[in-house]
Amino acid sequence: MSVEVRIPTILRTYTGGEKAVPGEGSTLSQLIDDLESNHPGIKDRLVEGDGGATGGDLRRFVNVYVNDEDVRFTGGLETALKDGDQVVVLPAVAGGSVVPVAS
Amino acid sequence: MLRLDQETRDAIVAHARRDHPDEACGIVAGPEGSDRAERFVPMVNAASSPTFYEFDPTDLLHLYRDLDDRGEEPVVVYHSHTATEAYPSRTDIGLAMEPNAHYVLVSTRHLTFDADGNSDGPVEFRSYRIVDGAVTEEEVVVEPTTAHTEPRSQD
Repeated sequence: MSVEVRIPTILRTYTGGEKAVPGEGSTLSQLIDDLESNHPGIKDRLVEGDGGATGGDLRRFVNVYVNDEDVRFTGGLETALKDGDQVVVLPAVAGGSVVPVAS
Repeated sequence: MLRLDQETRDAIVAHARRDHPDEACGIVAGPEGSDRAERFVPMVNAASSPTFYEFDPTDLLHLYRDLDDRGEEPVVVYHSHTATEAYPSRTDIGLAMEPNAHYVLVSTRHLTFDADGNSDGPVEFRSYRIVDGAVTEEEVVVEPTTAHTEPRSQD
């Protein structure tokens, strides 16, 4: 499955400045592994945990959308992808005077 | 240095006053690469909290799509601290993900309120660069809003 991935400014150091890169995978998890093989280091910015078959999860302050749907509501890293899907990665715009309690 | 017109500066402060004691947040957009803070965009604090802010993830997507369509980027990312000084917290620094942005902090900690809920008192208004965990305060220059800077030409 070939998809387009929109890369936020802060991660363009991994993509040679490209705003969008192609990727492959039938799930978001596979797509991220594919991105990692072409843009080493990017996975660690998206996923925390060991990133094995069942390990790892999207970082709390990274948002990923597949065709405008927040993947937190569509299966997270197991979200299915199909040809032509558009994937958008956006870091949260967040902060504040105190660290939030995990919800 | 951050240059802002008076109207935009006042709009940020008014938002911070209005949302006190919760933190207020938003951006000022400008043409990509221009460093011109031109278009005030207040955002909803999805956390509705006096100690934390976060743009709603759906609003965030719409915001960035809109910026993309207009060829803009966030020139300023602002939020308020309602009980502490206008200086980036460890959380602010750890979560600062726009290396090109000016991070504006407004503190409303010295506001007082009358019986009708009108606020009075000084606010602090400061700006920082936050890159790779390093914070650098910068001068804020507020310029008069001039007729030729608005309304903008239709394009």
